[in-house]
Amino acid sequence: MAAALALQAGDGGPTTIVLSGRLDAYSVGPLWREAHEALRKQPNAPVVVDCSRVEYCDGAGVALLVDLLRALRPAGAEVSIRGLAERFQKLVDQFDPKALAESAPKPSPRIALPERVGRASVRFFDDLYHQVAFLGEAASALAYALRNPRAIRWKDALYIAEEAGVNALPIVALIGFLMGVILAFQSAVAMKQFGAEIFVANLLALSLLRELGPLMTAILLAGRSGAAFAAEIGTMKVNQEVDALTTMGLDPVRFLVVTRVLAATAMTVPLVVFADLIGLVGGAVVMLTFEIPLQTYYNQAVSFASVGDFLGGLAKSVVFGVLIAGIGCLRGLQTQTGASAVGISATSAVVSAIVLIVFVDGVFAVLFYYLDI
Amino acid sequence: MSEATPTRGEPIIKVENLTTGFGDFIVHENVSFEIHRGEVFAILGGSGSGKTVLMKNMIGLYTPLAGRVLIAGQDIARAEGEERRALLRRFGVMYQLGALFGSMTLAENVRLPLEEYTDLPDDAMDLIARMKLGLVQLQGAERLTPAEISGGMMKRAAIARAMALDPDIIFLDEPSGGLDPITSVELDELVLRLRASLGITFVVITHELPSIFTIVDRCIMVDKKARGIIAEGRPADLRDRSDNPRVRHFFNREPETEAAA
Repeated sequence: MAAALALQAGDGGPTTIVLSGRLDAYSVGPLWREAHEALRKQPNAPVVVDCSRVEYCDGAGVALLVDLLRALRPAGAEVSIRGLAERFQKLVDQFDPKALAESAPKPSPRIALPERVGRASVRFFDDLYHQVAFLGEAASALAYALRNPRAIRWKDALYIAEEAGVNALPIVALIGFLMGVILAFQSAVAMKQFGAEIFVANLLALSLLRELGPLMTAILLAGRSGAAFAAEIGTMKVNQEVDALTTMGLDPVRFLVVTRVLAATAMTVPLVVFADLIGLVGGAVVMLTFEIPLQTYYNQAVSFASVGDFLGGLAKSVVFGVLIAGIGCLRGLQTQTGASAVGISATSAVVSAIVLIVFVDGVFAVLFYYLDI
Repeated sequence: MSEATPTRGEPIIKVENLTTGFGDFIVHENVSFEIHRGEVFAILGGSGSGKTVLMKNMIGLYTPLAGRVLIAGQDIARAEGEERRALLRRFGVMYQLGALFGSMTLAENVRLPLEEYTDLPDDAMDLIARMKLGLVQLQGAERLTPAEISGGMMKRAAIARAMALDPDIIFLDEPSGGLDPITSVELDELVLRLRASLGITFVVITHELPSIFTIVDRCIMVDKKARGIIAEGRPADLRDRSDNPRVRHFFNREPETEAAA
């Protein structure tokens, strides 16, 4: 029998709410509101809840009864339950309606703006402090590893190099090629007006080798491998694997970070060379459609861009590689507990890496200008 | 119903000629047993004997290689769509590590099934969540997140979540592992109380001998070598009268000697 609620107005006596049928999570929803309505209409008279025709009453039904019992009412107007089968009454008796009458603990009050600003700055400087500390730790571990190459776990490093480098080739090729095509096409259309399409080769060579090749590869690497490092180390942290390393006397920085930084940095340089080449190939394809022969394009590009431009780009990419791997590992090691913490770490790894990449790129631009490279 | 002797109730879960495993790797072969309504039923066995694999086949997470699992007469592996969802609502599961959602508070964890499946008003869901958490002695912890509580609290919160919709059957995967003896005893009492009052059927995977003798009506013991059930019956009977030495060793907490195996 379905759950039902009926009201019996008492003639001078207490009002009765008659509940009947099967009270479970699916049937008490509508009754809940009706019962409350009935209570509200009788604020100053006692109310009896007649449960003698209740066939079944699970946790939700018990909750309904407890909810009626916990209602705050003046003395002499209490709610009482009558006729509930003993095995269900026992369930109701487990709960103290008085304790449940106090509303559940509220979420902590909203924090005022000055406090939020303060907290955020403390967090910022805390983060900075940790980054500097981590930089020191990682540098000392790297220095140790380079002095003792046997201490490096080469098998892990090779595996990570394959993951971060070799497996990144298709996406680097795709983006590099399209970048070359788009850049060449956009500038060629404009330059054609002056009959200067041939200088597109200069533009491509310079911008790809100096800026776009390293920058694009670094951003791809941050999205692929930086996030992967953070998620992997973060999950290890959540699963206490990092703790296990520590108590085995294995320094997590040496064990996890050094291999990743070495592998990722070693892979960045060839990836950038690859991206530069593919980008120039993309440009060449566009140039062919503007009826500039490959030979001319090649000569123009090579005569304009210097070896310094190329090597400058590679120097930057080495720094990018260290930054991406380092920040990915740091964010991983900073992971708090829980599945969402891993997501936060991965996000933060990518964001921090991209910010650092752009910042360092700016520093390099200034540096190259003063060094006249 | 629950007052009746549990062993004489109708079977609520029926496992028929079940073969479990992964691809070519067979864990259990041709296993059959029945679980009656209102019974506290235990799946016992040494580590690696595939207790959890068996449970995951029973709750529809793994598909049996052969045979079938009937819950209230319906084949869990074949049910689809609304039928499957209705079947899934009939049982709750407490996983070994809790499996609470880390991005939600404890109260939100318990509320989730209520929000998705019922049309209870908001304060009703709040009250039910608080009551369920109260049943597992977690009152006052409603607003904490799983990251902020201990392992034992996580297990209890997971039981509260499994009970959210008051299912007919509750599966408990190692409920007392990692709990202190007092909480463990309280959990046993909770199981017995829910069984007595609501007629809930419990399927428990456990190693805890005191708990087994207190709450379990009937159990099966699975074994890796036998790839199936090596004993079935009441725990006390198996301890005293089993003709299989491995079973007696298990219940008497004795080391397994070569001669006995």
